[in-house]
Amino acid sequence: MDYFERFAIPHPSPAIYASMVAIGLTVIAIIVGLTYFKKWGYLWREWLTTVDHKRIGIMYLISAILMLFRGGADAIMMRAQMAVPDNKLLDAQHYNEVFTTHGTVMIIFMAMPFIMAFMNYIVPLQIGARDVAFPRLNALSFWLFFMGAMLLNISFVIGGSPDSGWTNYFPLANNEFSPSVGTNYYLFALQISGLGTLITGINMIVTILKMRAPGMTLMKMPMFTWSSFVANVIIVFAFPVLTVALTMGTFDRLLATNFFTTSDGGMDMLWANFFWVWGHPEVYILILPAFGIYSEIISTFSGRNLYGYKSMVGSMVIISFLSFLVWTHHFFTMGQGALTNSIFSITTMAIAIPTGVKIFNWLFTLWKGKIVFTTPMLYSMLFIPTFTIGGVTGVMLGMSAADYQYHNTMFLVAHFHMVIIPGVVFAMLAGLHYYFPKMFGFMLNEKIGKLTAWIIAISTLLAFMPMFFSGLDGQARRMYTYTESTGFGIWNMISFIGAIGFAIGFALIVYNVYYSIRYSPRNIGSDPWDARTLEWATPSPVPYYNFAKVPHVISTEALWDAKYNQHELFPEKYEKIHMPNNSGVPFILGCIFFAWGFSFVFSMWIPAILTTIGIFICMALRSLEKDPGHYVSVEEIKATEKKMRGVQ
Amino acid sequence: MKVDRSLPLEYSTQQNQMNILGFWVFIGAEIMLFGTLFAAYFVLGDRVGNGPTGAEIFEITPVLFETFILLTSSFTIGLGIHAMRKGYTKAMITFYVITLLLGVAFLGFEVYEFIHYVHVGAGLQTSAFTAALLTTLGTHGAHVTFGVFWGLLIVYQLIKRGLTPETANKSFIFSLYWHFLDVVWIFIFSFIYLKGMV
Repeated sequence: MDYFERFAIPHPSPAIYASMVAIGLTVIAIIVGLTYFKKWGYLWREWLTTVDHKRIGIMYLISAILMLFRGGADAIMMRAQMAVPDNKLLDAQHYNEVFTTHGTVMIIFMAMPFIMAFMNYIVPLQIGARDVAFPRLNALSFWLFFMGAMLLNISFVIGGSPDSGWTNYFPLANNEFSPSVGTNYYLFALQISGLGTLITGINMIVTILKMRAPGMTLMKMPMFTWSSFVANVIIVFAFPVLTVALTMGTFDRLLATNFFTTSDGGMDMLWANFFWVWGHPEVYILILPAFGIYSEIISTFSGRNLYGYKSMVGSMVIISFLSFLVWTHHFFTMGQGALTNSIFSITTMAIAIPTGVKIFNWLFTLWKGKIVFTTPMLYSMLFIPTFTIGGVTGVMLGMSAADYQYHNTMFLVAHFHMVIIPGVVFAMLAGLHYYFPKMFGFMLNEKIGKLTAWIIAISTLLAFMPMFFSGLDGQARRMYTYTESTGFGIWNMISFIGAIGFAIGFALIVYNVYYSIRYSPRNIGSDPWDARTLEWATPSPVPYYNFAKVPHVISTEALWDAKYNQHELFPEKYEKIHMPNNSGVPFILGCIFFAWGFSFVFSMWIPAILTTIGIFICMALRSLEKDPGHYVSVEEIKATEKKMRGVQ
Repeated sequence: MKVDRSLPLEYSTQQNQMNILGFWVFIGAEIMLFGTLFAAYFVLGDRVGNGPTGAEIFEITPVLFETFILLTSSFTIGLGIHAMRKGYTKAMITFYVITLLLGVAFLGFEVYEFIHYVHVGAGLQTSAFTAALLTTLGTHGAHVTFGVFWGLLIVYQLIKRGLTPETANKSFIFSLYWHFLDVVWIFIFSFIYLKGMV
């Protein structure tokens, strides 16, 4: 029995047992459902083996939304625990696990795939490409991310969740203080999905540099493509640092090395440095594509081209550079000198300048525009003021002297949620409503959409504004309870109400999808928003070869020129199109990586070695394989186009 | 796939050009990876705890052998690419095989070196310094090992399929990888061994 005991949960509670049952039942339901409706073949042929960037984008999107609910459930548990003083809902250990998982899931497995979903789906369409540069690697990226996410998620029913914070600071995260396997899960889940992200970064950079339509110079790329490009450059430079840090952390835990210990020469601050050298740019990996989406939406619904295109691009490049120079502001109070703190204080506050430039550019785009208040536009309008609150409080935190007051309080929690939620989550929801018709061929209901946007925006303020006040009053973060005499009760109760608001808002989004599937009209054409960029020149949903003819571009807004300025977008004749073949290898390799990570988590060395060999065998087979892809004939293109557009 | 005969074989299709650019970007990521390892080594280099210092355990002989072998292998793979450009497939394969043999010889010396370290009490768990040292060297060594297997697959394909746009592309990318490992080694030699021995 010894062998199986290690898989047991170290701190069980009825909620976890209930989750186990729920997970078991869901898995059984999925298997039975797929078998009953005979969908296994369909699932394998059309999704698991797909190399189509659009399908991969949709899989990222679905995973991100699933993880949003997973991380959201954690958030509600936390706010419920904190809602009243001396609450007994969760114990300290359970609370540690919940906030650790919430942070990890939301950043790594919700926000990242949400961004990746849009990058994958939109970028090739915006630049007039048939696919990304390396379609198979793209599929591999997705499966690595997905398996990493699943690895972290099974931790709370097998072996125990990580509990040392999403920053996983050593030596807290070392075996001595975190004896459960939870931290191993954290290390391997991030390692596997981080590998996927790095591959995406390389893939997207090459795609954007090499596969643009004729006429599209770098300075004629749509803003979302620019933002994705900058974000992917950051990925390529930031993620290897995480890889090394996680490897060293793994060595410390599994092989008893002394990188981050406090004895035998180890240095605990090294982890903090490495983590934030990756972690701070990571914030901009998330926010820049989100800014790109806002730029697309604000320009479309103002009926104007984006104000200050060059300064938008320039500010992103500057932000990407500065993002690597500010990591130390995450530990101003951990004992470095005044000079170091001052330098990092200045670089941190300097980021406000290019960010301000972007905010003003959006405002100037709105100025004299014919503004149409659709759901995506509403999110974008709600974003500007709420995000500014988050940004300004960030400058407050950036002043290192003042930071000694706010650090480790709820003020900090409020700040980054006020940045990430309006900055990233609003953008993703705006993008979801904006690109939904392109992805699925029908629109989400506008009435429900706008109601949701208001509910989510108000919930953001309700949930996080009180934290500024309780934080300034001295409420420390990561405390699982507090006494009544502190007076934090009322603030936390308001936050809890905000959390409930979020739950209602996200439930409404699900309802909206359901409602729209049933009632939305299907004949919306290719360009329902009267948009400006290339992705709207394809039929909705997009045929798998994207563009029947290669588009020719003369400005940043090729479709707008085609619609209103007599520019001929598709001057060429039909030609046969070369497309990549589907492949099962990325999915299988992803599964092997999952087993690989799981074996290491529990220090099962024989399966660990076998899976490592399996990974290399897959790579060798891929190297030897000849895969010329296939051609789509002109007749097939014409037939497809006729079916989708009703015309030749 | 359209093949452009005016370009060198390894650049002759669009996919080939993208593969090479993609690999350069990957090398950018690898630079960050090794840069981080070096940063860790510089931070932990004199934090030896109760273990030995670098000056006490470094031996110049195997390191010099390793350096000469790896530099030579970078030269031979360069000759291999030269032969490829001239279309001499047999000469190219020969140079690739020599390169891989040199790679194996390098690994042999490195294994000897690691055994020596463990023998003199500088194992992975001894101190932060030894952990950083062995991890940095080990990461480079693992790259060379991976490269040897990768190179074997490429030689196999060259023999089986001859020189095509695809195999030329793979061979060229492999040569970039091999040169990169050589560059990393120069940094290891200068900033770990030489700096550690003085």
